[in-house]
Amino acid sequence: MSAATDVARLDRVRTRPVRTAIWIRPERVKELSLLGVIVVALLVFGFLVDDYFSGRIFNRVTTSVAITAVLAVAQTTVIITRNIDLSVGSIVGVTAYLTGQFASSHPSTSAAVAIGVAVGLGALLGAINGLIVAYGRVPAIITTLGTLAIYRSWLISHGEGRTITADSLPSWVVDLPTRTVFGLGGLDIRVVFAVVVVIVAVLQIAMLRLRWGRRLYAIGSNPDAAAQAGLPTRRLVLGAFTACGALSGFAGFLFLARFGNITVVAGRGLELDSVAAAVVGGVSVLGGSGTLVGAFLGAVLIDVLDQSLVRVPQVTEFWRNAILGALILAAVVADVVIGRRFRRRWSAEARPHTKVEDGSARGPDEPEAPALTPAARGGEVSDA
Amino acid sequence: MPEWARVRSWELLLAVILVGTIAYNATQSPVYLDVDNFVNIFRLSIEKVIVAVAMTFVIVNGEIDLSVASVMAFAACVLAAAHESGVPFGLAIVIALAAAASAGFVQGLVVAKTGISSLVVTLAGLIGFRGAARILLEDRSIGDFPDWFGNLGRDDFLGPLPFALVLFLVLLVVGGVVLHRSAFGRRVYVIGNNADVARYSGIDVARVKLFLFTTSGLVAGVAGVLFAARLGSVRANIGEGFELDIITMVLLGGVSIFGGSGTLLGVALAVCIVLNLRNGLGLANVEANTQTGVIGALLIVSVLAQNLLDRLPLRRREVEAET
Repeated sequence: MSAATDVARLDRVRTRPVRTAIWIRPERVKELSLLGVIVVALLVFGFLVDDYFSGRIFNRVTTSVAITAVLAVAQTTVIITRNIDLSVGSIVGVTAYLTGQFASSHPSTSAAVAIGVAVGLGALLGAINGLIVAYGRVPAIITTLGTLAIYRSWLISHGEGRTITADSLPSWVVDLPTRTVFGLGGLDIRVVFAVVVVIVAVLQIAMLRLRWGRRLYAIGSNPDAAAQAGLPTRRLVLGAFTACGALSGFAGFLFLARFGNITVVAGRGLELDSVAAAVVGGVSVLGGSGTLVGAFLGAVLIDVLDQSLVRVPQVTEFWRNAILGALILAAVVADVVIGRRFRRRWSAEARPHTKVEDGSARGPDEPEAPALTPAARGGEVSDA
Repeated sequence: MPEWARVRSWELLLAVILVGTIAYNATQSPVYLDVDNFVNIFRLSIEKVIVAVAMTFVIVNGEIDLSVASVMAFAACVLAAAHESGVPFGLAIVIALAAAASAGFVQGLVVAKTGISSLVVTLAGLIGFRGAARILLEDRSIGDFPDWFGNLGRDDFLGPLPFALVLFLVLLVVGGVVLHRSAFGRRVYVIGNNADVARYSGIDVARVKLFLFTTSGLVAGVAGVLFAARLGSVRANIGEGFELDIITMVLLGGVSIFGGSGTLLGVALAVCIVLNLRNGLGLANVEANTQTGVIGALLIVSVLAQNLLDRLPLRRREVEAET
């Protein structure tokens, strides 16, 4: 599809009055149904586990969600541009370890400096990924598969098997996970969780309202069209990877605060959790669709399962992976089946005079309407 | 440059790297050039190498199978669980292989029928089949297999070659003929180049994909059973992370992650490079984790080099699919 036809189609959508107010956009359907699944899961666990709705379990879930959610959001920023970052687990390991080393050798370090070190390091590692992908034109999956190994092996040889221990860290780091903003009917809202919720909200608004956020969606929808439309695609992809690295660095700091004791294998395997959370949250690995709020909800669902299954007397913790795998599959299959039906209706509303085709010749995840921005699919286009 | 050298410039580059690696290693250690050492190099990674052959087909087809390591563990755990509950061992092997093939079949069915990206489907498989392995064995370790099974994993089978290595060579030759010299192989390439064009040309795309994923599952199952034979006991966490090594070997072999190009010859060369490099670095007292980093760097640099080669006006990548 050339840029010219994209623009022409966009104009057509803009000028045609939308007859029905379409308030349910595809991403909202996904988010609402995911919220529904989370509520159902909570009710089922509440039924199966004694004393489930207690402050203790709430705290456990929110503390671990904080890390998974930041990584899910980081991963989503990259996946939206039709790329993937498999190195986030290694970035978490490197930043957690080095920030821990820094904090234990500078006991008087302040929170701002420690977080700055973690985020800066993460951004640097993410930028390396971004440079190789955007300017070296190496596919993201290959690049980050490589840096997954490189970052980790550097960390192992740098650490030489030493462990960062909690008692060598400044006390504010170790106390951070238990600090509370306010209590809410017996439930404590932890500082880390509140901060992460704010970060997700701010980034989500930025993604939808700021130009660069919209441009990331444009690149993921159709990289060629985005380049032909004159978007600085390389710089934007570099930016997405750097942002992903910076967020992973922040997750590394949270990892350090949560566990205190950091070995050289810290964070191994987190890349799969982050992709899983994003996919369960309705982010398409083909790029161009999905929201950060969705990824956040995906992370919540995964951590609810993680923390709850252990406590269900009927099943053992060994069921965790099998259920998670089935859940991911169910989420994407439901997305295709439900999404196909909804999209047909939307496109019928947007184009009342054209017959709606079956669309079997194209990929099921591809939208029928102009593929430039998610807003265009809902029938409204604001000036980007 | 003659025509064949231009078309095969990637394989040529790999061959040069391989010869360089072997020559360097030979100067580092007197035992390096022994046949036993070469067999040993393969013996320690033979399961990954076997799976890489099937993975080549899947990636050339434009898909990916992240679940292979989990399916390996799943098959090994089914074998162990069946053996423990008193099933005759031969039958237990058949059940394990059938389970692995079904695992591939189910994933292939979802990919072929819904069009969902195989990256997502097999990510679910990676997590899910590891989960199935966990449910079967929990945190136990099961061994105590019949003697002949353990011997299969350890002893020489044909001359100095163990059974798994012979199987790999047979798979490589059969796979090479099927991929590069048969109508089915042509279809695999066409689909990988452009699935829509393939569909409009009357190729049953869904069927080819279903077959490839089922085969990938089956081969992973065979590798899992051989792994069990070599290790002598099975746990649910065996082979964790193998998928990355396997995919690295295939991509280093010049197979495009977007499908439609690459050869088994390239993959075979890449396998030899990775194994010899690790062995050589090991002989030079480089730690195992640094070796992993070196191979990660090699992966990135190899594709960067490929991109540079593409810019040369002489190189025509589309010819690869024609030959």
